[in-house]
Amino acid sequence: MSADNKLQKSWLYRPENRKKLWWGFAFVLAVTVLAQLLIPVHGHFAFDEWFGFNALFGFISCALMVVFAKVLGYLLKRPDDYYDKKSFDKKYHDKHSDHHV
Amino acid sequence: MLELIFPPALILIVGALLIGPLRAPLRPLIVLGAPLLTLYAIWQMEDGILLTAQFLNYEIQLIESSPLRRLFATIFAIMAFAGGLFAFRQAKWWELAAAQAYAAGAIGVAFAGDLITLFLFWELMAIFSTVVVWCGGTEGARRAGIRYATMHLLGGVLLKIGIEGVMVHTGSIEIQPIPLSNFDGWLILAGVLINAAAPPVSAWLADAYPESSPSGSVFLSAFTTKTAVLALILLFPGQQILIWVGLYMIFYGIIYALLENDMRRILAYSIVNQVGFMVCGIGIGTEMAINGAAAHAFAHIIYKALLLMSAGSVLYMTGRRKCNELGGLFHSMPITALCGIIGALAISSFPFTSGFISKSMISQSAADQHMMTVWLLLLAASAGVFLHAGIKFPWFVFFQKDSGLRPKDPPWNMRAAMILFSAGCIGLGVFPEWLYALLPYPVDYEPYTASHLVTQFQLLLFSGLAFFALLPLMKRTNTLSLDFDWLWRVAGFNLGRKTLNGLAALRLKAISAGEQAWQMVNRQSWRNAAVGYQNTGQMIFWAVLVLLVVVSAKMMI
Repeated sequence: MSADNKLQKSWLYRPENRKKLWWGFAFVLAVTVLAQLLIPVHGHFAFDEWFGFNALFGFISCALMVVFAKVLGYLLKRPDDYYDKKSFDKKYHDKHSDHHV
Repeated sequence: MLELIFPPALILIVGALLIGPLRAPLRPLIVLGAPLLTLYAIWQMEDGILLTAQFLNYEIQLIESSPLRRLFATIFAIMAFAGGLFAFRQAKWWELAAAQAYAAGAIGVAFAGDLITLFLFWELMAIFSTVVVWCGGTEGARRAGIRYATMHLLGGVLLKIGIEGVMVHTGSIEIQPIPLSNFDGWLILAGVLINAAAPPVSAWLADAYPESSPSGSVFLSAFTTKTAVLALILLFPGQQILIWVGLYMIFYGIIYALLENDMRRILAYSIVNQVGFMVCGIGIGTEMAINGAAAHAFAHIIYKALLLMSAGSVLYMTGRRKCNELGGLFHSMPITALCGIIGALAISSFPFTSGFISKSMISQSAADQHMMTVWLLLLAASAGVFLHAGIKFPWFVFFQKDSGLRPKDPPWNMRAAMILFSAGCIGLGVFPEWLYALLPYPVDYEPYTASHLVTQFQLLLFSGLAFFALLPLMKRTNTLSLDFDWLWRVAGFNLGRKTLNGLAALRLKAISAGEQAWQMVNRQSWRNAAVGYQNTGQMIFWAVLVLLVVVSAKMMI
């Protein structure tokens, strides 16, 4: 149980540190954008030299992908024994509960 | 210098044959020694055609070496070594033997100087990779292995018909760029693309690989798709269609990985994603793009094997594979977690890792060709890689909630393999010139400019922000996601079953109708009534039937 306690005390898992983690992250994010003030970005096209273009583009494209995946999930997600139940071999489904190792 | 007169793949084939008969304590010697010997042999070879033989009246070129082929063979040999190191104390000997034969196939393809040799080694890979899938040892693995083999044998048939077409139409079996001007070219392209997990058959990869053993998926991640990448570079460089095939694969991999719960299936989808970058680069086809695709294949094999080693270690120590049953392992498995994170950073092209110096060449080549749409999509995809593999895999496995599991780090050999490949990821990232020196074309590219670092950090860290901000949308569910393979696993299967059932019912009806007809004939037969000559009635019935068929057939003609 000592290992258990150790993990509970682990810095990352303490709720009061969540805010600190977010602030630290926000600081790093700000640094990457503000760095563009000092370091001129050489783009391939005109628009990718705009201030913070990559930050905005990265965030928006990821948000779009997550939302798209979510919507697609409603259409495509099935219980993970879907194919076992579809199987013509009824015995298979009973046997399949043993996964790995 | 040793005068080499045999294909380097032969070393691994002999090794694979020896592993079984040898006594157990000697097996590691072969598992680890044969790939190193192969590596030595590869680097003893000069460029050009080194060994030919006669096969079915064709002169086949068993060994043709070039910088590009050497690059792929080198990473295949390194992979066989590191995979062997990861596996040799835990995996069954037949898995180790099959993996070595599988690696032999990949190296054979890398040095194949003609289409026949390529095809022979291609099939060697198909057979022994199937055995590796089966070594998962579960009923699920057996079934996935059959589906896997079906897909690859189908790909092999397409490839073979295409190759025969080329042989008949051009008289040449040389490996050279093939135009997509006729059916032969398209068939070869289709056969190669099946191995690259291109649409619409991408599903075989995420279906089969996660069913293999913890070490099996490490081997599987390296060879099949990357030999397909090499074949595409050799046969179809600069084919525009590959740009769009590649982009589809890139986004398919991201979206499906986002939906996935099984940790190794997440990584399997991200193989499709990464191979998509390479295929896209091959489609762009400039020297920079081909260099980028080749470099990315090299880097990818290392970090993807590393990621699967990390996932395999978790599976080996916990017996669990689903993200919703894992979490909080970083504390008790620090080495596995750290190596997994290094692999995750490398796949995300974080600066100072191998992905940064390879993938950026592909994006650069798109920009150089003024392909703005392609470039923007690649940029979005780079952010997406960090999202689906770079953060999602380590986050859900090693952090997230505390699952209550307290597994230790895996045995020393598995740790050693992970540390070796972690060093590879960082080494290549810090010293890109090592890899650049091996590329097929001279490299005129500097990845480490201040501007590139700033833009890359912005892109990746803000996609990280998107991940954590949208975490509620990515709640893990016990689900799988339907793919095109639904068409043959369910729809096609049901159609087949209904057709068979229908035919069976038809057969029964035909039999009973025939019996009724026979009884009628029998009753009305005067001979039967008079002499009791049963068989004659039957004979007459059949004679009349045959006559009817023949006459009607004649009339139709």
